[in-house]
Amino acid sequence: MNTLVSRFTSSSSTELKALDSRDPDYGENEASDITWGSLGGFGNLGLNGIPSFNIPTVPDPTAFLRLHTDDAADSSCRIKIQHGTTTLAFRFQGGVIVAVDSRATAGSYIASGTVKKVIEINPHLLGTMAGGAADCQFWETYLGSQCRIYELRNRERISVAAASKYLSNLVYSYKGMGLSMGTMICGWDKTGPAIFYVDSDGTRLKGDVFSVGSGSTFAYGVLDQGYRWDLTDEEAQELGRRSIYAAGHRDAFSGNTCNLYHVKEDGWKFIGNYDITKLHYEGSQGAAYGYDQRTQ
Amino acid sequence: MQYNGGSIVAMVGKNCVAIASDLRLGNQALTIATDFEKVFPITDRIYLGMAGLATDVLTLRERFRFRVNMYSIKEEREIEPKTLAQLVSSTLYERRFGPYFIEPIIAGLTDSSKGSQPFIASADLIGCLNFAKDFVVVGTAEDKLLGVAEGLWEPDLEPEDLFETISQTLLNAVDRDAFSGWGAVVHVITPDKVITRTLKGRMD
Repeated sequence: MNTLVSRFTSSSSTELKALDSRDPDYGENEASDITWGSLGGFGNLGLNGIPSFNIPTVPDPTAFLRLHTDDAADSSCRIKIQHGTTTLAFRFQGGVIVAVDSRATAGSYIASGTVKKVIEINPHLLGTMAGGAADCQFWETYLGSQCRIYELRNRERISVAAASKYLSNLVYSYKGMGLSMGTMICGWDKTGPAIFYVDSDGTRLKGDVFSVGSGSTFAYGVLDQGYRWDLTDEEAQELGRRSIYAAGHRDAFSGNTCNLYHVKEDGWKFIGNYDITKLHYEGSQGAAYGYDQRTQ
Repeated sequence: MQYNGGSIVAMVGKNCVAIASDLRLGNQALTIATDFEKVFPITDRIYLGMAGLATDVLTLRERFRFRVNMYSIKEEREIEPKTLAQLVSSTLYERRFGPYFIEPIIAGLTDSSKGSQPFIASADLIGCLNFAKDFVVVGTAEDKLLGVAEGLWEPDLEPEDLFETISQTLLNAVDRDAFSGWGAVVHVITPDKVITRTLKGRMD
């Protein structure tokens, strides 16, 4: 029993293992069963349930990492972090609306127009993606499995506050090591609809209206202008869509399509995928969003 | 060169040429206007396009208008496309050590007495000319334009087919560029008329 408990007890200190061929465990670890998918993609989970990472054997691993991942430190860095994005979420009478764009850029090149920036953590929790795509994807999926373990242990669903705090504490333990994420954890728990903003600096904020990414200022403009607590479901969905359109239109690094989600008491629902150019020329309910189209 | 964004392409057809540009004017990532034209008529059969820093595009448009006017007064005839190319080149090289941040494209037909031959050329920001027989591209989407044009262009296209080719080339290339797009304008120059059309493009 004790061994079982210790396997699933998370400790706050993160195990960092140096990549060193002189290490007797070096070859052992690489081919162990745990490495090869028996934990559903989290093969690097150590015995304490926290992932461990091989770190480069250089005098200053943090500086080394920054040189390879940070555009500001080295413009020709090999690992490009996705910076351009627009994501938003807001709380209202009918639940939570989550809307995001779908563009991924590498410099001025539009690498993809079909990125999924909403991460479905579990049927009641959504996370949004801004910053490092891999960082958000990995840690929010990992958060999903931790939330499931919480459910099994406590026989009740995790609150949005607890889930977001778990993520915030986790990314804080990697502070300074180059993680880049700006995310909103959205869901419905005992307290009703909830949104928490969590980023890789360690910031964690509770609020009603958030927008994150290079297009966030444009989205906030439309969002603040149209936001009320007593919005109907249809009005709220339209506001989310219209805000992402505004950002997609004005921001060079946002666009292509809008993915819209609505979180209600019984969990989240995917509302739809909307082409931003189509919204410009035709709108979503007959009236076009584009300035020229509206004003002739 | 990425400060304001924008891209231009020109192509040769059978007894015709086409030149097309996007309509975006940006301030880095922020899109300021979606009706900013970068291609201007020099004579009724020669068009000049400039991609790069928008303030220099406007300055040089006036500067070239002045120089072409002086040329026609002195010579008492319309300027030829290849002469305009040399004029553009020397104007840019005058600023060799403090250049205008634009890359020009020239598209036109030679004088009818010389058989209305199609002509295209481009240059870098200090005036190194590139006379091409097929197509030329400049701007923030030039790498993407080059790839698409390489795939779509073929020799001896009639005006309507050339219009289709250059439109598809531009529209598809700028859809992969964050700093270009938001609509486009195409000019097809034939011996008896110039066809100008504004295209609807992606607005994101």
